[in-house]
Order: sequence, then C-alpha cells, then structure tokens
Amino acid sequence: MTTYLLRRLLALLPVMLVVVTIVFFLIHLIPGDPVAVILGPEADARQIEDARRVLGLDRPLPEQLLRFYARLLRGDLGRSYFLDRPVTTALWERAEPTLVLMASALFVAVLIGVPSGIVAGAHQGSGWDRALMTLALLGVCVPGFWLSLNFVYLFSVRLGWLPVAGYASVFQDPVAALRYMLLPAVSLGFSQSALIARIARSCMIEVLRQDYIRTARAKGLAERSVVYLHAFRNALVPVVTVIGITMAILIGGAVVTEIVFNIPGLGRLIISAILRRDYPVVQGVVLLTAAVYMLINLVVDVVYAFIDPRIRYV
Amino acid sequence: MSDGVAVDQRAAVPAASPEAAAAGARARLVRRILRNPSILIGGSVFLLLVLVALTADVLSPYNPTRLYPDQRLKPPGARNLLGTDEFGRDIASLVLHGSRVSLLVGGVTMVLTSLGGVVIGLVAGYYRRLDLVIMRVMDGLMAFPAILLAIALMAARGPGVWNVIISLSVVYLPRTAMLIRSTALSVRELDYVLAAQALGRGGPAIAFRHILPNCLGPLLVQGTFIFAYAVLAEAILGFLGVGVPPYVPSWGNVIASGKNVIREAFWVSAFPGVALTLAGLSLNLLGDGLRDTLDPRLRTE
Repeated sequence: MTTYLLRRLLALLPVMLVVVTIVFFLIHLIPGDPVAVILGPEADARQIEDARRVLGLDRPLPEQLLRFYARLLRGDLGRSYFLDRPVTTALWERAEPTLVLMASALFVAVLIGVPSGIVAGAHQGSGWDRALMTLALLGVCVPGFWLSLNFVYLFSVRLGWLPVAGYASVFQDPVAALRYMLLPAVSLGFSQSALIARIARSCMIEVLRQDYIRTARAKGLAERSVVYLHAFRNALVPVVTVIGITMAILIGGAVVTEIVFNIPGLGRLIISAILRRDYPVVQGVVLLTAAVYMLINLVVDVVYAFIDPRIRYV
Repeated sequence: MSDGVAVDQRAAVPAASPEAAAAGARARLVRRILRNPSILIGGSVFLLLVLVALTADVLSPYNPTRLYPDQRLKPPGARNLLGTDEFGRDIASLVLHGSRVSLLVGGVTMVLTSLGGVVIGLVAGYYRRLDLVIMRVMDGLMAFPAILLAIALMAARGPGVWNVIISLSVVYLPRTAMLIRSTALSVRELDYVLAAQALGRGGPAIAFRHILPNCLGPLLVQGTFIFAYAVLAEAILGFLGVGVPPYVPSWGNVIASGKNVIREAFWVSAFPGVALTLAGLSLNLLGDGLRDTLDPRLRTE
C-alpha cells in the first residue's frame, strides 16, 4: 500500500509541473500587450513600462517561468491588482462558501443517487427502473444552472419559502445558512445524483449476475436479503469511485451555482477577477481548483485501491 | 425480433468474397443503427435543431437583436409567442437564432477535437518515444476542472465565438487524444498491422490506413458527446458573462439576462433553457445509441 501511494504521488509531479506551466502561460495568451490590457486604455507608456518591470514581464520568458515556479514553491501566488492583498489571502477568504456548497451538494447527490440507482438496478426492467432512469437521463441533460433558476422562481419567487440568493456562514448562523444553502445544494446535487444513480444501477445489475448471488438465491434466502445484504455491499465499491468523481465535477458546478445564488465563493471571485482583469487572482483560483481536483482524484484512487487490493498491482 | 433471427442466419453463411462480406456487414450496421430507438429519437430532434438553425431568419417573427423599448417584459402572448425580455426583444426569435451559436460551437469543437485528437493520439500510440511527453501534457490539461480551464482561457483571450470554440477544443481535446491512443495501442499489435509492417509500409501509412479505420466508431461516439458538452459549456460561459459577446443571441446569454428579471419575467430564462435541454437530450440519446451499436465490446451482449 505504501509503495502504491508513493508511486501515485511521484506520478503526480510531472502533471503538476504541466499544470503550473499552463497557468503561467495564461497571462501570455492575452492578445497584444498583456500589460496594456491589464492597465486599460488610460495608462501612458511610462506606467506600462513600470508595471512591466514590477510584474517581471520585461525578463526573458525562461527566466519568468523559473521565477514563477520558485514563487509557487514558497507558496506565493502573487498580489491581487484590485483587492490589494496577496492572492492566497483572497483565496482563503473565499474558500469556505465554495467548500460548504460542494459538501452539501455532495450530500444531496448521494442521498438521491445511491438509493435510486440501487432500487432501479435491483428491479431491472420494472416500472420503477424505467421511471427512475428516465428521470436520471433528464437529470443528466437538464443544465444545472438553468435548473437552479427554475428552483429560484418556484420556491423563492412564487412560493416565497426560501431566500432568492445570498449566503450566511454555518459557523455564525446555522439556521440562516441552511435556508440560504438549501436551494443551491439541491439544484447542484440533483444534477450530479443522476450520474451516481446511473452508475449505481449498472453496478447493482453487474453484481446480481455473480455466482454467489445465485448461491444465495439457491439456498432459499429471501429476495430482499439477497439484494440488500449480499449484493448492495459489493455494488457500493465502484460507487465510491463515482462519488469521488462527482466531487471533482462539483468544483466546476459550484463555480456556476455561486453566480446564480450570489454566493461569495471562489466562483464569484474568478468571474469578478476576469471582469477587472485581475489576472493573478484568475491564475490563483484556477491553480487552487486544479490542485483540489488532482487531490480528490488521488484520494479516490487510493481509497479504491484500499477497498479492492487487486488495483494496486495493475 | 424475427428480423434479428434472419440476420443471424445470414451471418452464419460463409460469404462469397471479402468485398461482399464487408458490404453485408455495412448493411447490417446501417440497419442496426436505423432500428435503435435512441438514435432515431435523438437523431430526429437533432436534425430538427439543425433545420431550425439554418432557417432561423425565415422562422423568426422579429429581428432578434432589434430592441422594442415599448414592449419590455411582455408575457407570452399573441404578439410575442414566448414573450419579450427587458429590452423588448422577442424571446422566440432569440431562441431560434441562439441555436446557431450553439450548433456552430458544438459542431466546430467536435471537428477540431476529432482532427487534433486523431493526429495526437496516433502519433502517441505509434511513436512510443513521443508518447511519454504528449501524454504528460494531456494529463496536465485533464487535471483542471473542465469548465474552469475554459473560463481561464476565455479570461485570457476575451469574449468571442472563435475564442469559445478554441477554448473548448483545448479543454476537450485530451479526451479524444487518449481514446485514439488507447485504440491505436491495442490495434498496433494485431497481426494485420504486423503484416503491413513486414511488407515495408511506413509509419504514417500504417497509422492512417490501417489503425485509424478501427478508431472511427469510438471517435464518432466520443465526438457526439463532446458536441453535447460543448453546447452546454458554451451556454455556461455565456451565462457567466465570459462567452460570446452579450449582443450575440445565444441561449446562455439570454438565460443570463433572464436571471436579472426572474421576479417579473420567468419566461426570459425558461424558454432558452428548454431549447438547451432539448439539444443536450438529443445529443446524449444519439451518443448512447451510437455507443450501443458501434462499440464491439457491448455488441456481444
């Protein structure tokens, strides 16, 4: 297990190098002169020259790249042009809402997805199966951000049950936090539950074909205990992976959901940074989300290898 | 069902010539595709969307970019079938024209990722020395959450249809490249490829003439799903305000403007969303159906 973990961590190094390099080159993808674009049309030649020196853009490209690597190794993501503070501080301030949103959406997705998939798979071809899978297909195809808007219209505007948008910290006002978070979590979680349900269903069908299930049936066990005691547990193994993948997808979904519900998280941070041409913040958010994304994928693989030892030797 | 039996019997009869066998296999594949309900439904809806995009100018009752200040936020009715937005623009005309941006972005992204993916995947699958470098770069691109990489690229390049297409192509290219590479890797060890090598065929000839045809099925399936992702991603970028410019009628842009008036006018965001869902549904059905008919691993079941 330790060798496997070490191997996976080592394999991550070149990928991280590529990721960091891509993020570095983002600023060089700006058409024309990046500094002129960042400072806007009012800047004169001297200001542009000064800014270029401050940003280090006057040095040769390889040197800039090496300086970028060195800065990152020190945990320095640069300074926000607009927010007047280090990018790391800005990220830290905005991480909580995004993490809370991701966690609650994951909770909703698992709560809906796993039982529906298991029931559909256990009764393959039945009316329940068809109804649930049609719903799941819709869940995959209905765009999450549009679904959120419809929920806002129905539950906030028409019924007035929940606030239209906003955010409260769970640590300060748990009740208000729940009221604000309910719609974002449900609309983001519902879209993801469809994927979980589809996978859970096919895992269940796969497991129910195994010999030991036939044995369980042959020795006269009730269908209920065959399905829910014998098959269910083994069907959950791949579902763990899907839950991990869902978590990774949720990062992107959370960014969009934050815009719908005005949640002051990383998604709103990157969008407002783009509008203000605050490129260090854009780079910081992208780098942070990519790091979290890679970390989740690593954890999923390790957990999977832990549950299913055959994986380690592949 | 009786047709299925007949097909099986025909398959059991030894074919007269390889050409006849290939033609028979092709005819059977076409029949299987036409009989698949997912492909039929998904394909029909998708064709309808293409027709709508092509004839949007004729179908639209109004010019979608023309503002009618005295007709602001009118609910669906006789004059405006799907209502108007905050500038008095006709929602029906906006939705009809929005299909153009969606299909353009989805289609061109599909073509670009397929072309790029084939070249990169075949090179990586055939020239083992380049494989290591290419795959690390692809891994790096895949290490970003897709929509965030697209947002970041749009942040650098600025709004515009072509920038959306290029960003999404970069985001989705690695998936196709890896698919082609793995297919190429499994095919290159087969006897007929070894035979071609023994006959003195060069690398590119083998890659394109002998390995590529085996990748076409998976490529088409993958391309259909990338089309669906790209349509959705384009709408998301538009909704976030970093996609095509706001004055271009696109579903994402209209939904974004509907968000601001959701208290007074739900129809502004509702109808483009329905169109977007329909497009996604048709492409997903088409992709599912194509996968079931074209993927040899699933066919044996």
